[in-house]
Amino acid sequence: MKLTLRISTITCLLILATQAAAELRIEISKGVDKAVPIAVVPFASAIPAPDPDVATVIAADLARSGRFAPIAVDDMLQRPTRGRDVDFGDWRIIGVDYLVIGQLIPDGTDGYTIQFEVFDVFRGKQLLGYRQPARKNALLRTSHHVADMIYEELTGIPGVFATRIAYVTVTGKAGRQVYRLIVADADGRNPRVLVESQQPLMSPAWSPDGRKLAYVSFEHNNSEIYVQTLRSGTRQRVSARPGVNSAPAWSPDGRKLALTLSGRNGNLDIYVLELGTQVLSRLTERRSIDTEPAWSPDGKEILFTSDRSGAPQIYRMPADGSGAPKRLSFEGPYNARPRVSPDGRIVAVVHNDRGNYRIATIDLQRGALQVLTEGRLDESPDFAPNGETLIYATRAGGRGILATVSVDGRIRQQISALEGDVREPVWSPFPLN
Amino acid sequence: MKKLMRIASMVALSVVLLACGGQSGTTQDEDLFGEYGGGEQGAATSGTGDEGLQQGNTFGEGEAAAGSAASGPAASLENRLVYFGFDQSEVATDYLDMLAAHGRYLASHPDARVRLEGHTDERGSREYNIGLGERRAQAVRQILLLQGAAANQLSTVSYGEERPAVLGSDEEAWSLNRRVELVYVR
Repeated sequence: MKLTLRISTITCLLILATQAAAELRIEISKGVDKAVPIAVVPFASAIPAPDPDVATVIAADLARSGRFAPIAVDDMLQRPTRGRDVDFGDWRIIGVDYLVIGQLIPDGTDGYTIQFEVFDVFRGKQLLGYRQPARKNALLRTSHHVADMIYEELTGIPGVFATRIAYVTVTGKAGRQVYRLIVADADGRNPRVLVESQQPLMSPAWSPDGRKLAYVSFEHNNSEIYVQTLRSGTRQRVSARPGVNSAPAWSPDGRKLALTLSGRNGNLDIYVLELGTQVLSRLTERRSIDTEPAWSPDGKEILFTSDRSGAPQIYRMPADGSGAPKRLSFEGPYNARPRVSPDGRIVAVVHNDRGNYRIATIDLQRGALQVLTEGRLDESPDFAPNGETLIYATRAGGRGILATVSVDGRIRQQISALEGDVREPVWSPFPLN
Repeated sequence: MKKLMRIASMVALSVVLLACGGQSGTTQDEDLFGEYGGGEQGAATSGTGDEGLQQGNTFGEGEAAAGSAASGPAASLENRLVYFGFDQSEVATDYLDMLAAHGRYLASHPDARVRLEGHTDERGSREYNIGLGERRAQAVRQILLLQGAAANQLSTVSYGEERPAVLGSDEEAWSLNRRVELVYVR
């Protein structure tokens, strides 16, 4: 660490594996009209005041989803930690639909078992009973994982509380800005700076296994694409050709990157780079700006932005280049930066809505466009891995912040930092374990 | 001829340095400046004025305050900036004289190198704006090539909306950020 700090004084770029950054703050600005009341009772624990407290983490996750309203601990008439101690009458009186109880049990020298149960209060029935091992240093992550299991049991949708987000922050005045690429937990905690530079960093993209990020760096006065392994911090420059090297997008199998190159003549086209062999194949060949490639979840198609019609619109084409691009967006003068939902049914875009740049979705079957946000300069939409929520960049009080909106538009959150601009959020895949 | 211009640009540079040092320019200095700017180079200072000065101050380079060096490495920032309309990459005719001067300078200084940095305003998607900035840089490159610069003297880079000259989300900030900057490099 000392060595890294010394290097920072002589170069303008820092690659970091562990440096903490300022936390983001998440506020639910709009939840569902009737969030479901739920009680998460403090877990019994053999150790005093475990940090983090498992029940507190679970309750905060469920509240943040906008679909649940955890009741205050003080309002609980009883605090059972085992199923046989539950009196459902006490919970029906205070109008709770679901009840979560559990225990944190020491397990060997460096771990715990989180034992938890979920009950349907109205029917007096256990819905879920589970024992989840947790390493001591991963108690927070495992607590999020338990919240994911509870969320899925109650909604039928896999939870994303144990996932992470990557984003770019920018601080400082024009001409002297500092750019940081940061990875944090989905709730904004544990932010870690991966790269810090005085030249722009942009377009982070998660590898499908969640272990690497591709991104664009201007550290050598030109755009270049890097792939960095999160845990070790090691990185590889995968494209530094003359002209633009930009917009990296991983194929679903993680073996290829779609990207945008301009060559010396400055005309942006889409290419696919095989990471193992470094073989490059060209997908588009036009005098238009063709950029922002995105893979369909089955890896068969690539969607992209092109202004070949005179203004930016979304096109789709076979990922192996075997067919011509077909135009996908027709509503409005500007649709850009496609991202396909995990189920392959809708595409999120930046859409010009009467002069305002907003996040919209396009139904791939019916072509219907739905505007989801209300800002003037909304951009960079990306799906949560469960497809339920979009994270995007917006502005508030003259600063760049992040926000989320559920794909049905009903649930909204704002995610802000204490200083500077936050932009280009990308949601990690589901964790592997 | 070549020698004369080199001397002229050296003199101009020294004047800039004097100005940066905070010394008030003498009458003689101003005359020299005028001769350089208005002489053979056919100085073009069109379409800049306040904007250019503001830019210079924003960057803290102090060159703009020194005035009107028209082309080459000593050119003031305002004479190295081309501004564009919204979503446009066509170079307005206002800038043709200025770019012609740079083209002539490059033709007569084969060792000189210029990086053309393309920028956009903050609206729209970031990667598309990289494309737009590149297109603007290429538009300026084409004009410089026509005016005598050699291809190996020119490189382009697009920063899209990533490096604004001015922070802000209004028409004024946007118009100052849609630009190509000519940067003479070693």
